[in-house]
Amino acid sequence: MGIKVENITKHFGGYTALNGVDLDVHEGELVALLGPSGSGKTTLLRIIAGLEAPDSGSIYFYGEETTHRRVRERKVGFVFQHYALFRHMTVFDNIAFGLTIKPRCERPDKSHIQKRVNELLHLIQLENMADRYPSQLSGGQRQRVALARALATEPKVLLLDEPFGALDAKVRHELRRWLRRLHDEIHVTSIFVTHDQEEALEVADRVVVMNQAQIEQIGTPEDVYENPATPFVFNFLGKVNLFHCRDGEGNPHKGPDGKTVGYVRPSDIHIFRDAETPDDLSAEVILIQSAGALPCIELKRDDNGAMVQVEIPRERYRALQLNVGEKVFIRPQNIRTFQTE
Amino acid sequence: MSDPSETFTVKSSRSLTEPRAVRWLLTGLALGFLTLFLVIPLVFVFVQALAKGFSTYWTAIIEPDALAAVRLTLIAAAISVPLNLVFGVAASWAIAKFNFRGKALLITLIDLPFSVSPVIAGIIFILLFGRQGWLGPWLAAHDIKIIFAVPGIVLATIFITFPFVARELIPLMQAQGSEEEEAALVLGATGWQTFRRVTLPNVIWGLLYGVILCNARAMGEFGAVSVVSGHIRGLTNTLPLHVEILYNEYNFAAAFAVASLLALLALFTLAAKTIVESKIRHHPGKTTGKTEG
Repeated sequence: MGIKVENITKHFGGYTALNGVDLDVHEGELVALLGPSGSGKTTLLRIIAGLEAPDSGSIYFYGEETTHRRVRERKVGFVFQHYALFRHMTVFDNIAFGLTIKPRCERPDKSHIQKRVNELLHLIQLENMADRYPSQLSGGQRQRVALARALATEPKVLLLDEPFGALDAKVRHELRRWLRRLHDEIHVTSIFVTHDQEEALEVADRVVVMNQAQIEQIGTPEDVYENPATPFVFNFLGKVNLFHCRDGEGNPHKGPDGKTVGYVRPSDIHIFRDAETPDDLSAEVILIQSAGALPCIELKRDDNGAMVQVEIPRERYRALQLNVGEKVFIRPQNIRTFQTE
Repeated sequence: MSDPSETFTVKSSRSLTEPRAVRWLLTGLALGFLTLFLVIPLVFVFVQALAKGFSTYWTAIIEPDALAAVRLTLIAAAISVPLNLVFGVAASWAIAKFNFRGKALLITLIDLPFSVSPVIAGIIFILLFGRQGWLGPWLAAHDIKIIFAVPGIVLATIFITFPFVARELIPLMQAQGSEEEEAALVLGATGWQTFRRVTLPNVIWGLLYGVILCNARAMGEFGAVSVVSGHIRGLTNTLPLHVEILYNEYNFAAAFAVASLLALLALFTLAAKTIVESKIRHHPGKTTGKTEG
């Protein structure tokens, strides 16, 4: 086991940031901590790094307890959301920092450090920027330097706190694919924090969904997306429509029992011009948004006036020739039901 | 920048500015005010100092009492500035990077010397260490002289210059946050390494700026020092006190000659401050550097 988190609890004053959290990260795995702000994900990451102390619980690295070990003895690499590069040092000195501060007996000699930094500069594709200062780099370049700096000391564990949060959308996309490739190359046990579900699903081996100081679900990206364990996970990992239905039956047509809610992804609802089965619901087209990968149609149900969002494939959209105000029929499929309290 | 945007900038700046007459009036007022209250007095100091010729000027400066005053001023500054440097760095480091009970109180206390009249500061020391003061009998019994002696002057100077370095560093350190320190710690740096290699280089010019101001005040302080000094010529007179004595004795040429030393110090401080300020502005740490890519 790479990292083991055992029953971690943390309070800030009266606020509970983490409430009995358990987590296992396998060796060489890339895990995403996903959740809305305030869900405790960053606090958990900082506790694993040693930047924050838990109120109770334990942390193990490779079977060894590190809960009470000092930050600098944990040998973790940490990447901050806002880079936290040393502003008065060049890119080269930033990356070399972890090596140059080692005690004399452990410190590699100058040529060795030079070689290691050059390797890392090559890895982050910034070979000709060694003499620049952080303020002369773009956000994406700074974050890559921060990553190289974290990797220089060959950490056992790499922790990334919203590493792409401060970057614009395009750079963010590029960089997260690059991170995935990099991880496939170097296989260091890694945890990264994000509030962007797309990012978590695209990059991580496994996703840990957090909410209100607790873990809601742990699973592969397919797992958490296809089989959400809780309504929260369903909601958080993409758009969703709610249908009130009867317990045990994923059929909104049978009339609600007041306790059961069916969750359906917009892409799991089909639109028809004519009712094909008696279960199809009639609805009116309210809004059509055809820009984007999947055209998005907003409809209003005739029976209870509820709004429904539907995403349909582009070909289907062209074939249907929908107009605002038109009456159509919708058929939700793959309904997941959850009992409300 | 391309041509169209440049013309745009020029046009917009013209439309944003005041009519010529108003601009001249405001500039003239500011310059007139500066001349009247700053330039003329400064020039006057040097004119008066040299009014009776250079030899009179020189005699006034190398006279033993004047030299003693210079020496005492330098001693007071040489002790109080380094002490305040250490204290200022420690206090601002603690205040900016950590949370602890009594932080607000500490900030208020650091500001105290700014808000208290220097004369009161002097009197506080008299009440503490004077012959009739709190610790007076004990000090007399052990033959330690603080008031009307050099230690009193140094103490008063330290008190007065207390906030200079800390006040300069606290906002700077707070603005920089503690992420870089955290990054250094995670990379394996000890507390001292973090301070020396990350925190200190980031604030070095701000620190220097604080020290320059602190030094100027330490050498120029009058009120508090005047109360605890006792005005013993050649023994407990600092430069500002010596100027006052000479002036009260109607020895104007000598008074202005010594005063010109302080004025020179002020000019030197001003120059050093300007250089440091430009360094702060061009420091790579500030976000004035061009961002590329």
